[in-house]
Formats: sequence, structure tokens, C-alpha cells
Amino acid sequence: MSTTVVTTETEGKTWGGGNEPLKASYGKMMMWFFIVSDALTFSGFLAAYGFSRFKFIDAWPIADEVFTHVPFLHGQELPMIYVAFMTFVLIMSSVTMVLAVDAGHHLNKAKVTLYMFLTIIGGLIFVGSQAWEWATFIKGDFGAVETKGGNILQFVDAEGHRVALRDFVVAGEHERVQQERKNGLWFVGEGSLPSYTVEDVIHGFEANDNLLIRTQELTEDGQKTVLSRAESLKQLKANGKLVVEGANLQHNEYGSPLFADFFFFITGFHGFHVFSGVVLNIIIFFNVVLGTYEKRKSYEMVEKVGLYWHFVDLVWVFVFTFFYLV
Amino acid sequence: MSAHADTHAHDDHGHHHKETFMTKYIFSMDHKMIAKQYLITGTIMGVIGILMSMMFRMQIAWPEEPNVLFEALLGKWAPEGVMDADIYLALVTIHGTIMVFFVLTAGLSGTFSNLLIPLQIGARDMASGFLNMVSYWLFFLSSIIMVISLFVEAGPAAAGWTIYPPLSALPMAQGGSGMGMTLWLVAMAIFIASSLLGSLNYVVTVLNLRTKGMTMTRLPLTIWAFFITAVIGIVSFPVLLSAALLLIMDRSFGTSFFLSDIFIQGEVLHYHGGSPVLFEHLFWFLGHPEVYIVILPAMGLVSEIMASNSRKPIFGYRAMIASILAIAFLSTIVWGHHMFVSGMNPFLGSVFTFTTLLIAIPSAVKAFNWITTIWKGNLQMNPAMLFSIGFVSTFITGGLTGIILGDSALDINVHDTYFVVAHFHLVMGISALYGMFAGIYHWYPKMFGRMLNKNLGYIHFWITAVCAYGVFFPMHFIGMAGLPRRYYTNSNFPLFDDLANVNVIITVFALVGGVVQIAYLWNFFYSIFYGKKATQNPWKSTTLEWTTPVEHIHGNWPGEIPHVYRWAYDYSKPGHDVDFVPQNVPLKDGEEELQH
Repeated sequence: MSTTVVTTETEGKTWGGGNEPLKASYGKMMMWFFIVSDALTFSGFLAAYGFSRFKFIDAWPIADEVFTHVPFLHGQELPMIYVAFMTFVLIMSSVTMVLAVDAGHHLNKAKVTLYMFLTIIGGLIFVGSQAWEWATFIKGDFGAVETKGGNILQFVDAEGHRVALRDFVVAGEHERVQQERKNGLWFVGEGSLPSYTVEDVIHGFEANDNLLIRTQELTEDGQKTVLSRAESLKQLKANGKLVVEGANLQHNEYGSPLFADFFFFITGFHGFHVFSGVVLNIIIFFNVVLGTYEKRKSYEMVEKVGLYWHFVDLVWVFVFTFFYLV
Repeated sequence: MSAHADTHAHDDHGHHHKETFMTKYIFSMDHKMIAKQYLITGTIMGVIGILMSMMFRMQIAWPEEPNVLFEALLGKWAPEGVMDADIYLALVTIHGTIMVFFVLTAGLSGTFSNLLIPLQIGARDMASGFLNMVSYWLFFLSSIIMVISLFVEAGPAAAGWTIYPPLSALPMAQGGSGMGMTLWLVAMAIFIASSLLGSLNYVVTVLNLRTKGMTMTRLPLTIWAFFITAVIGIVSFPVLLSAALLLIMDRSFGTSFFLSDIFIQGEVLHYHGGSPVLFEHLFWFLGHPEVYIVILPAMGLVSEIMASNSRKPIFGYRAMIASILAIAFLSTIVWGHHMFVSGMNPFLGSVFTFTTLLIAIPSAVKAFNWITTIWKGNLQMNPAMLFSIGFVSTFITGGLTGIILGDSALDINVHDTYFVVAHFHLVMGISALYGMFAGIYHWYPKMFGRMLNKNLGYIHFWITAVCAYGVFFPMHFIGMAGLPRRYYTNSNFPLFDDLANVNVIITVFALVGGVVQIAYLWNFFYSIFYGKKATQNPWKSTTLEWTTPVEHIHGNWPGEIPHVYRWAYDYSKPGHDVDFVPQNVPLKDGEEELQH
């Protein structure tokens, strides 16, 4: 070999090897690629949601009529107010996360601690709000009757305002056996019996002349179809099968079972991500407080959980858009 | 930055590091040991998978005839030696699952990505040895669960490896839909986690840990193939996870994502509104890229082995990279060609036909490049090279029928017949297995420091090659004659009586082909302990793994990591005394790097 200095002819080049071409440590890049992967899991769910919703494009529940509740303001119809608050909190927690990462770059332990704490609080408020939202959704409001074909009949008065079952139905003295595995119907066991039977509802409906039935079919201007009094009675008597109050994975008073299925599954999967994020943030928070990163002279771990946290926020923006806005 | 710190840690390891049996062989974080763990687990799963295929082939050839083997192996599933229809479906299902995921995904990509990525790019180890270890142990756990599912009382999953609902979604649909299916889903969910951790490691290792001078266009094609495979895995496996999670909800929690309007014994079930076609879309969004996850690593291995054993540079290096990228991109937009008869819009079908046929272009580029690589080469016909040539052969044969199946108008006629079975077994099953065998014969000295017996290798190759074509070539014709796949017997259809003899011939080839693998297994395990000791660079190759000592050390190179001065294919370069110039040899005065 000659005495000249041997070079690989790639010195200083971005992709020349022996360096980090994307200016990111392997850990940070792993987080990025994990996010790509997780984003595709969510895409799978949202694509499935879109596929199913498009199938029922004429009968999907109207979100503005479902998500109208706000804690402490009972009985008022305030569509989207609470979910807007939740979204705001989550986005603000992303802002505090950015501030924590930035403070980390300046090795400012006190500020990282503060902003991580605020992020955790924001995350907890969001998860708590989601729990409340679920509870409200499960409890339901007005109640409805499910038909033999699996459609939902809701009740309105002459002005088109929703009427709750409890306002016009009187529970009768019916002895009905709860379906369980032990009485033979092992694959259609029920969790709990509704408060009323279909007969009770029919009696109540006949006793109140001003009641009408609203089907889940949407009219051309995007409102639900309201049947005439005669048709309403006919529908109820001929097809009414089951009283539905609130929502579970099999039946819900809002409309297609898929509406509740996807709502529970996708917001639940997202909620699980937020919860995991909060747990990760708490672990990192304690490491910050204990000075682990101070000693390491690098707050990169804060940056990594930050990436995850922003991703979870971004996913919520899509979930929020598809479930509440569109 | 932390990668930098790691490098130093590894440097220390190279010099003084006490290892116990547990840290060296069981919970090892060393990529070379993890590669061997993957290979041996994959081999065991492969033996199970091949045994199953031999059993159901015997059932098809001699339906409803008592068979001592069935009685011994299947017990209550073969009363008096006659195979039960349910267990036939289960065998087909588990054979497909094991071969596609556990052997040809984890066994192939897991083994060679782990072995070769750090060695060929000049890295001490994977970016995260810990995650690499977790990845292997998750794979191991999922293998165990899959094997355990074989012993479930009501039978293992039997809905086909594609687990379409409602067979997979209603626990009471068939014997295997209960606990067997649940375990299948659990095993696959864990498998997906394992695959994700592995892929993350492969991608960031290739990006961040290349040694000085190892530009992306000096990388061996193996690394390009593993890199893109890992990217496809990151993109497509999570969608299978989505489908699996939704399916679990349908099975266990009563949702209706994939089910609608189902009656069982006159009782109407509550499911309302879902669609099984939705599952097919989600499944095949993974399912199709999965075949490229299987075949791309084999392509990478074969490219490397062919160049080395032809003593010629690989032909069309950049075209090879471009075609890998093109295949990876196209693989994500062709899934609909599995669903031409699912009732989807015929117009959509023609779109998928178009994108599917586009894949023929990069595939043909690769096939021609391999042929031109060996053209007028100084061929070294060792077993690895034979298997590589075998790979190109089966890839072309199977690929040509792919053009027929990719066309919706033609596919409808042969859909779900043995024509499809023959096609995908040749193009991804046998091809990928050949790629794997080629890789094992070629890199065995690197893995175990010993050589495999060459003569046993020749016997293994030639008998396997004859049997593989003997099995799958006639299968095209019985498929075109209309014989449907997944039927445990065709004796009820006089229409197919003429084909019974063909099925016997196929089965005989399958049995011989299966049994001859014993020669390979014996060669493999015997040579670990008693094989001829390997030299440092037995194949006179140019890539960096052959510059490491034969005896494995933690950190791969005892001293500094070599720098790289040239591309990976300087074979028979004019102006040199030897017919190969390793990548770590600096350019001579006045020598120019080959324009590639």
C-alpha cells in the first residue's frame, strides 16, 4: 500500500456511513418507525369504520344528537361542547410536552418537571373525560325500540323533539325470564333486562296521541324520517322486538350496532394509547425528578415519549373528526 | 449519540466479558446467536409443517383408506386410521400458517437479517440487542402457543390460513373455531409484536450503524432486501393486527364488525350490519405484502450467492435495488387480486389487475439480471449455487402463472382450484425455501465455523428439485381441470375420478421430497459438531462478514471495524491478482471504483 492517506471517498457525506444520516439516534428512529406502524393499525380501524359507515350512509346516527351531554349541566342539549373541551385539553397537553422537550434541550430540570407534570395532568383529564363520555353513552338518554330487522325506532313528539321512554311508558307486571346459558339459549345470553317490554311501550304509545316514531333512515336534508301516527303504530306493533336503553356492543339506542361497536372499539383503543402514554410519562417524570437525565446530560427520553404523545394527539384529531364532526 | 456510547460498550465487551450458559445460549443479546436461535426454531416449525403436508397429501391420494401413520399421529382424529374431515382442514390451515409465518417469515428473515445485517454493514451488533432478544423470545412464545393449539380438544384452527369469518368469527361454527382459533389469534398477535420489534431493529441498524465508507450503494443486495422487507413488515403487519383485534371483538364480545344476519339452527343471531368482505380487505392488505416479506430476503440471498459463485459482479446493481423498491411499493396496492370472486366491483377488479400485472416488470428485471449475472461466469456449482439457480427457475415458473391469476377474467375460472395452490407454492413457497437453503449452505461456515457436507448437499438439492416440480407441475393441470382446493376427498365427484392417479403421483413426489429433507437435517446437525472446520473466507467473497474471525466473538471484529472502500461486487476485477477484492481493501493507486 502506498503511503498516501487512504480514504473511503465518502468522508463528510450524509450517507457515507459511520454517522447518523437522519441526525437521529437509533432510539428516536425506532420510535418514529413504531409510530408509522401504529398509525397503520389505526388506519386499519378507521378504514374499516369508513367502509361500514359508507354501507349505512343513509341510516348512520347523527353525532350532534348523540354527544350532547356535559357534566353538571344535566338535561341540556349542548352538542359537541364536552368533546371540544376534551380535544382542547389533549392538544394543550401536547403544547406543554413541546415546552418540556424544549426545556430539556436547555437542561432545565425544574421546567421539564413542571411541564411534564402538566402534560400528565392533561392526559389524566382526557382519560377521565373519556370514561365519563363512555358512561353517558352506555347509560343512554331516551331509549328506543329495536325492530326484528335490527333497525332502531325512536320516539318524538309532534314538534319533533325527542321523548324518553320513561316519560310515557309505565312498566307492566311482566314476568320474563332472563335468557341465560342454563335455559338453553347459550349463544344469546343477555346481560340485563331492559326496564320495559315492547308491550309496555305500545301501551304507552297508544295512550299518548301526540307521539310519533322516528326511524333511522335519513331524509334528503340529512334529518331522520318521522312516520305518521298510523304508520308509527303499525311499525311498532308489527316489527317491535326489543326495548333498548343506552348502548352495548350488541344493541344501542342510537342506530346501527356498528355505530356503537366502532365507537367503543376505536375510542377505546385510542384511550388505551393515551393511558399507556400517561404511564410512560409518569415513569419519565420520575426519572426527571430523580435527576437521571440531568446526570446523563441529555433529556432525549423526554423527547421520545414526546413523539409518542404527539402521535396519540394526532390520532385523536382523526378519531374526533370521523366520529364527531363528519 | 447513544449509538456512539453503545459502540464503546461493545468494544469493551470484545476484550473481557464473562458469559454464562444462560447469557450465551438462552437469553443472548448477540445477533449471531439470535440468528441461530431463529434458524433452529424455524427448522423445528418447518419439520412440523412439512409433516402435516405429507399427511394431508396421503389423505388426498388415498382418501378414506386406513393409514397406520394417521392412527399413530392423529389419534382420535383418525378413528381406525381413517382421517377425519375436520382434522384435514386443520392440517391445511396450520401447515399454511406455520410455513408462511413461522418458517418463511421468522425463520428466513429473522435468521439472515440478524446474522448478516451487522456483519455485512460493519456494525458491532444490532442497534438494540435487548429488543432483538425480546423479539426472538416473543417469536418463540408464539411458536409454542401455535404448537399447543394442535392439542386443543375440539381441534386446532381450521378456517384456512386466511381465517375468513364467519368460520373464524363464530366460536360454534366448527370444531376448530373455538379454543383452537383463539390460540391461533393469540399466537399471531404475539408474532406480530415480535416481527415489529425485529423490523424496527433491522431498519434503524441499516440506517445508523453502517461503517465508514458503507454508502447505501455499496451495500450488498442482501442488506437492501432485508431493509425493504423490514419496512414492508412495519407497514403491513399492523393492519393484520387491526383485523385480528376486530375479529377477537366479534368472537368474544359480540360486536358485528364482520358478521351480519346469521342463523344457526333456526335461531337468528344478533349480529347485524358487518361484512366479511371487510375482513378480506384488511387481511389481504397484509396478506399480499406478506408474500414479498417472504420472497425479498430470498432474492437478496440469491443475488449475493449468484454473484459470488459466478465470480462476476452482480448484473444491474442499481436496477436490482430499484426493482426491490418498486416491488415493495406495488405490493401494497394489489391486495384485491385475492378477492376477485368476493363480489367486489368488477371495475375495481380491473384496477387491481392492472397494478398486479405491473409487478411482472420489476420481477422480470430481477430474473433477467440473475440470468445475466451467471452468463459466461466462472460458475462454482456448490449446493448454495444450485439452490440459487433452482430459486430462479421456480420463481420464473411460478411467476408466469401469476400473470394468469392476476388477470381477473382468467382468475375467476381457476379461483380456489389447485392451479392457485401450485402457483403460490412455486413462486413463494418453494422459491423462498430454496433461497433459505441457499443461504444456509452459503453462510453455514459463518454461523457454525464448520462446513456442510457437499455431497449430501447435492443429493438434497437434486431430489428436492425433482420432487418440487413433480408435486407442483401436475398440480397446475388438475387445477385447470377444476379440482377445488381444501376438499378432503374428491371421491364423491365422478367428474374428478380421472384425476385420482395424478393425485397419487403428486403424493409420491411429496413423500419422497419430504423424506429427503432428513438428509439435510442430518447434515445440518451433524456438521455443527463434526463438520470440516471452515476457513475464514471459504467462498472467496467480497463482503465484510468474511473478514471476521471464524470463532464468534462479541462485537464481531477483534480490533477496529474495517472501513469500506468499494462496492460489494468486485469479482474478477481487471488489474488484481485474485478474482475478488473484499470491500475493506482500499483502492490501489490509480484504480477507480467500478461505476455501478
